[in-house]
Amino acid sequence: MIAFILRRLLLLPVVVFVSTGLIFSLMQLLPPAVRVALYAKENPRAWNDISDLIRIHGLDQPIYVQYWNWIKGISEGNLGWSYSAQMPVAKALQSYLPATLELTVMALIPLVLGGIWLGTKSAVYHNRAPDHITRLMSITGWSLPTFVAGLILLMVFYGYLGWLQPGRLSTQVTLIINNPELFTRYTTMNTVDALLNGPNWTVFWDAIKHLILPAITLAYVSWALIVRIMRSSMLNVLREDYTTVARAKGLEERIVINKHARRNALIPVITVSAIVVGLLLSGVVITETIFNYFGVGWWFVRAATQLDFPSVLGFTIFNSVLWVLVNIAVDVLYSYVDPRVRLT
Amino acid sequence: MNKKSPYTINNRTETQPKVSDSSTLTNIATTEDQAPSLPDRAPLATRWQSFREDRLPWLPGTVKQARRFLQNPLSLSGIVLIIFFALIAIFAPWLAPPDPLRAHEPYRMPRDGFSLQPRPPQMDAWKTFPPDWHKHPFGTMEGQYDIYYGIVWGARNAFRIGVVVVGIAVLIGIITGSLSGYFGGWVDQSLMRLVDILLSFPTIILAIVLVTVLTNPGVRIFGLSFDRLTALIIAFTFTQWLSYARLIRGEILSVKEKDFIQAAQAVGAGHLRIITMHILPNSIYPVLIAASLDIGSVVLSVAALSFLGLGPGTDFADWGQIISYSREWILGAHGNPFHYWYVIIIPSVAITLFVLAWNLLGDAFRDILDPRLKRR
Repeated sequence: MIAFILRRLLLLPVVVFVSTGLIFSLMQLLPPAVRVALYAKENPRAWNDISDLIRIHGLDQPIYVQYWNWIKGISEGNLGWSYSAQMPVAKALQSYLPATLELTVMALIPLVLGGIWLGTKSAVYHNRAPDHITRLMSITGWSLPTFVAGLILLMVFYGYLGWLQPGRLSTQVTLIINNPELFTRYTTMNTVDALLNGPNWTVFWDAIKHLILPAITLAYVSWALIVRIMRSSMLNVLREDYTTVARAKGLEERIVINKHARRNALIPVITVSAIVVGLLLSGVVITETIFNYFGVGWWFVRAATQLDFPSVLGFTIFNSVLWVLVNIAVDVLYSYVDPRVRLT
Repeated sequence: MNKKSPYTINNRTETQPKVSDSSTLTNIATTEDQAPSLPDRAPLATRWQSFREDRLPWLPGTVKQARRFLQNPLSLSGIVLIIFFALIAIFAPWLAPPDPLRAHEPYRMPRDGFSLQPRPPQMDAWKTFPPDWHKHPFGTMEGQYDIYYGIVWGARNAFRIGVVVVGIAVLIGIITGSLSGYFGGWVDQSLMRLVDILLSFPTIILAIVLVTVLTNPGVRIFGLSFDRLTALIIAFTFTQWLSYARLIRGEILSVKEKDFIQAAQAVGAGHLRIITMHILPNSIYPVLIAASLDIGSVVLSVAALSFLGLGPGTDFADWGQIISYSREWILGAHGNPFHYWYVIIIPSVAITLFVLAWNLLGDAFRDILDPRLKRR
């Protein structure tokens, strides 16, 4: 298994190379004066003459020369200066990623568990009330745009009830967090840090309160896919001979469903979970913008609209790494659920 | 009609389709008098029947499926909703006539003043039909753009963007997918690896980058600059064709090895002829169905970009744009949290129903076309 993972990790540089190459060639459409930002390794306020910089950094040279120069910078660990975040790209990724990770995990757990549970129920009660309700909910969830779901949730829970707020933390709690005497930042994930500091329940509840709405928004829009796949694969499994055999030998229905049928029905769900991660990443971009939740997605929208290409390329690298890792994880999980699959 | 098709019909009559029978029979009754003018041909009824059986063997099954489709309340409501939106789109110039001075750019929403604060729906605008949008039947949004006007022309815009994007993407997908599947080898390998890597980008992210680059004033491709609508269409076409190319490649790989392709090769048919006349007709349907159902999701993604501020323009009648104007008004007024409900609920209902309609249709199609579910 380790050999398999290592071999698949060898793919990573290739994916990073090609996908950043694509974004890089897209960027060549822009005039050199815009692109010169990519080569400012420190704060661009220090610039004097743009045309000098274009010449020094060879922006009038062919694309492969420029790309090679950029790759050389990357291999030295220098991702460039992010104009939109006003800090180096690597540092920006480091500071925005934990927030997104926190949000995604918070959305993913109920999404996957709830999706599998509802899909199973829907298949077991095929064409009866629970099935119809689940199908209707999943199809409306699938049709509800992320931004509409987010805005309506905000309208009800922030505007009407006043329970929850957008943003990452309330102002008072931000003061606590930024005071090194009161609070130590270990991971910059607010919930985890709050638990490690004591635990500090004020910070913890505040962080959770700010996470609930974006997590629901993120989960609600993508769980339809999991429910649908789980339902149809469970329906197929329940018609298999081994399910009949399990029932015939007198096993309890609960055990037949949970042990025999569900485990086999999970295989297609694992296959689509790679798609779900992609969906979540798209969802993160919109959700974080609506809720002013300062994570990677929020940063990406700002970076892209400001043509901050060092940041976009940094995000592309992050996306490629995530994609390769998720695919490896899917394959490993696959072999765990289905022992017939060998990792080679 | 093909000359080679035999006129004779032997014991195939039980596979006749039922629905189209009455209409075809009446057609035949009126045209049968002309049959003697074609003396060396069989009667039209016989010719139609043999044509139907030789060339349209899928017709009875399709008719049966269409009937099942219309009996299902979910798919029926999907169709009804799509027809409803299509009617709005078609009759947009009548439902919300643009002012004569701006008739050349109807998609730009007219504004009634410059105040930021939205105004509520006016009931007396509904006394006539179609309602007079100057009186704001759905109220106004931030900046005094009329919501009713925006919804009506937004429906037209949604169909336009969806159909154009999906249409071009299918065309590109079919061309690249069939080249890839038919020729195999390094063409296939390089194209499909490219598709794989492009698919690793989430759609919205690739589209955001494409739109921001293409709309930059400094960008010229073949001397052309792009307005924002064109850039959006290009961006989403670029992200959509990938899955179609993959789908059609898979279909072609399964059709390619069939005997009739070898037969065509044996009689000396060229590559182009084999692909267009023999392979594509046998593999194109799944792609066409998948594509037509993607219209909803394309509209959704375009609206998401509009919402993020990358739409066709601040006064462009796009549902996502309208919803983005409601962002500052979700809090309502003091003492009445839902004071500005209309700026968010009305456009949200429009876009959700539109996407829901396509998804209902897609769900029904998937159930009908899934061979594993047919067994039951």
